[in-house]
Amino acid sequence: MSSLRQHPLANVDWLTVIVYGIMVLFGWMNIYSAAVVDSNPNPFDISQEYGKQFMFILISAFLAFLILYMEGEFFNKFAIIIYSVFILLLGLVLVVGTTVNGAKAWIQLGGFALQPAEFAKIGVGLMLAKYISNTKTSFNSWKPRFMAGLIIGLPAVLILLQPDVGSLLTFVAFILALYREGLSGNILIIGLGAVIFGVLSIITGFNRIDYPYFGEQSGVFILMSIVFVIGTIFMFLIRNFVVPRNRRKLYLITFLSTTAALGFSYSVNFMVDGVLQKHQKTRIYVTLGLEEKEEDRDAMLSDTETAEAAALPAKKKDDPGYNARMAKIAVGNGGLIGQGYMKGPMTKNKYVPERWTDFIFSVISEEWGFFGSFAVVALFVFLIVRIINMAERQRSQFSRIYGYCVASIFFLHLLINVGMVIGLAPIIGIPLPFMSYGGSSLMGFTALLFIFLRLDAERLSVFR
Amino acid sequence: MNQYDGRKITIILIVCVIAIIYVIRLFFLQVVNSTWKEQATALTEEEIPLYPPRGIIYDRTGKMLVTNQTVYNLMVVPKKVGAFDTTSLCKLLRIKKEDIDNLFAKARARGEFHRPQLLVEQITPSDYAAMSEQLYKFNGFYAESRTLRVYPQSVGALFLGDVGKISPEEFKKKPYYTKQEYLGKSGIEKAYEEELRGIKGINYAFRDNVGNIKEQAGDKEDKPATPGTDLVCTMDADLQAYGEKLMQNKRGCIVAIEPSTGEILAMVSAPTYDPNLLVGRIRGHNFNALNNDPQKPLFNRATQAQYRPGSIFKLAQSLTALQTGAITPQTRIHCNRGVIGCHGSHSNDDLEMAIVHSCNPYFREVMHRVVEANRDKGSRFRDARLGLEIWQGYIKQFGFGTDVHCDIPGVKTGSVPGVSFYDKWYGKEQWAFSTIYSLSIGEGEMLVTPLQMCNMACVIANKGWYVPPHTVKQIGLGGMPREEYMKRYQLDIAGDYFTTVINAMEKVLQPGGTAWRAAPDGIVVCGKTGTVQNAGGKEDHAVFICFAPKENPKIAVAVYTENAGFGGTWSAPVATLLIEQYLNDSIAESSKPREKIILDANFLDR
Repeated sequence: MSSLRQHPLANVDWLTVIVYGIMVLFGWMNIYSAAVVDSNPNPFDISQEYGKQFMFILISAFLAFLILYMEGEFFNKFAIIIYSVFILLLGLVLVVGTTVNGAKAWIQLGGFALQPAEFAKIGVGLMLAKYISNTKTSFNSWKPRFMAGLIIGLPAVLILLQPDVGSLLTFVAFILALYREGLSGNILIIGLGAVIFGVLSIITGFNRIDYPYFGEQSGVFILMSIVFVIGTIFMFLIRNFVVPRNRRKLYLITFLSTTAALGFSYSVNFMVDGVLQKHQKTRIYVTLGLEEKEEDRDAMLSDTETAEAAALPAKKKDDPGYNARMAKIAVGNGGLIGQGYMKGPMTKNKYVPERWTDFIFSVISEEWGFFGSFAVVALFVFLIVRIINMAERQRSQFSRIYGYCVASIFFLHLLINVGMVIGLAPIIGIPLPFMSYGGSSLMGFTALLFIFLRLDAERLSVFR
Repeated sequence: MNQYDGRKITIILIVCVIAIIYVIRLFFLQVVNSTWKEQATALTEEEIPLYPPRGIIYDRTGKMLVTNQTVYNLMVVPKKVGAFDTTSLCKLLRIKKEDIDNLFAKARARGEFHRPQLLVEQITPSDYAAMSEQLYKFNGFYAESRTLRVYPQSVGALFLGDVGKISPEEFKKKPYYTKQEYLGKSGIEKAYEEELRGIKGINYAFRDNVGNIKEQAGDKEDKPATPGTDLVCTMDADLQAYGEKLMQNKRGCIVAIEPSTGEILAMVSAPTYDPNLLVGRIRGHNFNALNNDPQKPLFNRATQAQYRPGSIFKLAQSLTALQTGAITPQTRIHCNRGVIGCHGSHSNDDLEMAIVHSCNPYFREVMHRVVEANRDKGSRFRDARLGLEIWQGYIKQFGFGTDVHCDIPGVKTGSVPGVSFYDKWYGKEQWAFSTIYSLSIGEGEMLVTPLQMCNMACVIANKGWYVPPHTVKQIGLGGMPREEYMKRYQLDIAGDYFTTVINAMEKVLQPGGTAWRAAPDGIVVCGKTGTVQNAGGKEDHAVFICFAPKENPKIAVAVYTENAGFGGTWSAPVATLLIEQYLNDSIAESSKPREKIILDANFLDR
């Protein structure tokens, strides 16, 4: 290995760059289809979303090359500073930010608005990589767990203050990267268990039940009673079937887990009922199929009059499932081969909500069909797996951890964004990377990816 | 390398499992389950019907009888209405402010605030022209064109029929129509609805999420509307108009048919009305007025009134008796006025003279011989049953008791009483000819429609057959009538027997006959008068049927004038004047006095 400085673009993983390019351009095509009106078909019209997106693409391309021409070492050395700048920006947005859709998330810069939350992930990724690679920790003590939690939690709290629950959720992604670096696998199992138990709590808590002696109370107490009974049964089983020297430990585990389960289900119920805003609550209920019986509505919808009623704007306002249903209908309307580019009736007639931003996947699915939606999912899986494999080939732990952060963030966005469009996740407004309209998100994801590509390009010459 | 390297696989697995779940979900949404596509279609597509213009109806000489006129319906989409100058709009549309408020309230209640609502119906083109200059100022208001029927000749209202909004019952039975559509309600408009209406087209349009309609179809190609087929009807508009004029101030009807073809040349039901009265915005008001008129102008007497035929029925009796062999043309019967009255001076007529004199005892005996021919030697009652059965079979061949297979909706069949009728009435074997003899002179339980009377005249003119009376001559200009109106119904009566009857009918209009004063110069008309008595001291109904000329008849006419008096005096002149008009295209000076008497006559108050 020569120590001579190589050309900056040598060793760049061009395949990833090509996949990136395909996604960005395909996204732009579909933004055009979603937003174009017949009277103004110029794709480069800067007053329209697609024209702006084209400009964002140019800026992002410039940004990408800028990053590729930088020294990878810069990101390692300046990780703390970069992180701090973004934390400052997140603090600043709370003071001078403008509010859109209820979240004070935007900093107005001349004609354009920046969303610091979209860039903060880069800072967190770099900072985590820096911290872990410096301390060589594998999370078997409390201090590194706490430190990692702090690095992730600080921006998360600031984002929660905006409040922007969607962006906040993406920070969960970093747990996958931590897991790779040694965080106990139990975290994933507990996480999965919490999701299942949380869903159960919400479902049972949705109904109020008239209890004997206690009167009408939340249905979650039934679930809690069941948990309590199961815990008690376990206690008896331990007393009768376990040798005495092992009993003490098992008693403790059973007691703690039962108490945790009871506390968790009660607090989930309390959160949903008391803390979440009405529309967030409704979204969760809709996703779980509680707020409206979706199947009944679907059956009724085949009747034209009901279909017309569903189209009423008045109806839209008090119909919590409207967006979710329209997105799903649009996806279903795509069929195997799609309605054809620029020809999706649900898209063209504005039934699909937030067509060029969060619901761009609906547009793609309707116009390109199963082939198209499959291709997009496959492209993302390819990109994520490719980044993971690239991360694994790093000699530098810093680069590897950062790579995992990048892959995890893309994965979480895919999980939530596509999930909400196809009705498997609640409606949470986060973009589909590279494809949704938006300058901040496109530039943020571009920087996120290309910093890793820069680090990867130096993998043979760098030990960190 | 460290102990956690294997976790890469776990993470990749998580990603892949989620991706596979999503792809399976996508596959079910997009490929397996088709209900989403149906929902999308129901949401986004609007099928706008394209209404074709209704077919135009011409008379047999090419005059336009029914055509279409464009009118405008003023529509409003409440949601699109901005602030506007209420006073000037109300002045422009000649409506009250409350009308708009009520309509908006109704639309809101029905949840149709974003849908077009009908504000003012059927604005005439000239009124619309004045409005349209101003209308653009008012957002959400616009005009939609519709067509209405219009009748340039103002004749033949009941013959042509009318068009109206579909009723809930019709809507259930006929899936072709939408709730607001118009269709033929009576006459030719109803009978030839499928030809006249054409075929609706479909304009596939998109509806966006707030209900706006975009006139731009998807991949589906629009279906253009096929215009309705034009018809040439059998009516002669001049003859019809003349008939309506002759029947002014009278109650009754005229049916005129071309015997060789069954084509109805004129069909008047008096009092008549101008069909243009029942079109457009004035329809509702006028319909109520006509419907409440005690003279019942909306009742088609030609096809729906069931009268006792009176003496004209003796023609069918004669032919039946000749065919069954009960009499010969030479049979003489004494005019015995003991059982049944008669008129005029005669005592022992043969058939021909009995018809000319309309001798009641003669025809009583004729039917007696038909019905009681000693077919059953044991019982007079059983004999009468056998005889009446045979008699009824012949009478029905003339079209009596049937719809004469015509194409006019709502025709009545009248009644030819038979064995079962009298069995029910008197009891089995409780009646004989002596019980039912009033049938023999066209009185009693016998009921016929004027259309059937005219059809009998056609049978006689054709010497034994008829083509079902019909109203449409050509479907499509230069086309053919429906197939069933080109075939003959042959009676089971020998042609020779008709000669005697026709000769007798000729004499009816010669000096000494009952209608000799009505005979026009230069035309040989064969006819038969009838005078039907009314209970309650009311004036008799005047009946006359005839055809002309005697050789190669061109027109058969039946005239029934209610409460007018003698058939020969009041109905015969109407018929002969019509014949004159039809055959000569003018009324001779010699006939003018008769025309004046008829035109001056007024029987409405009787």
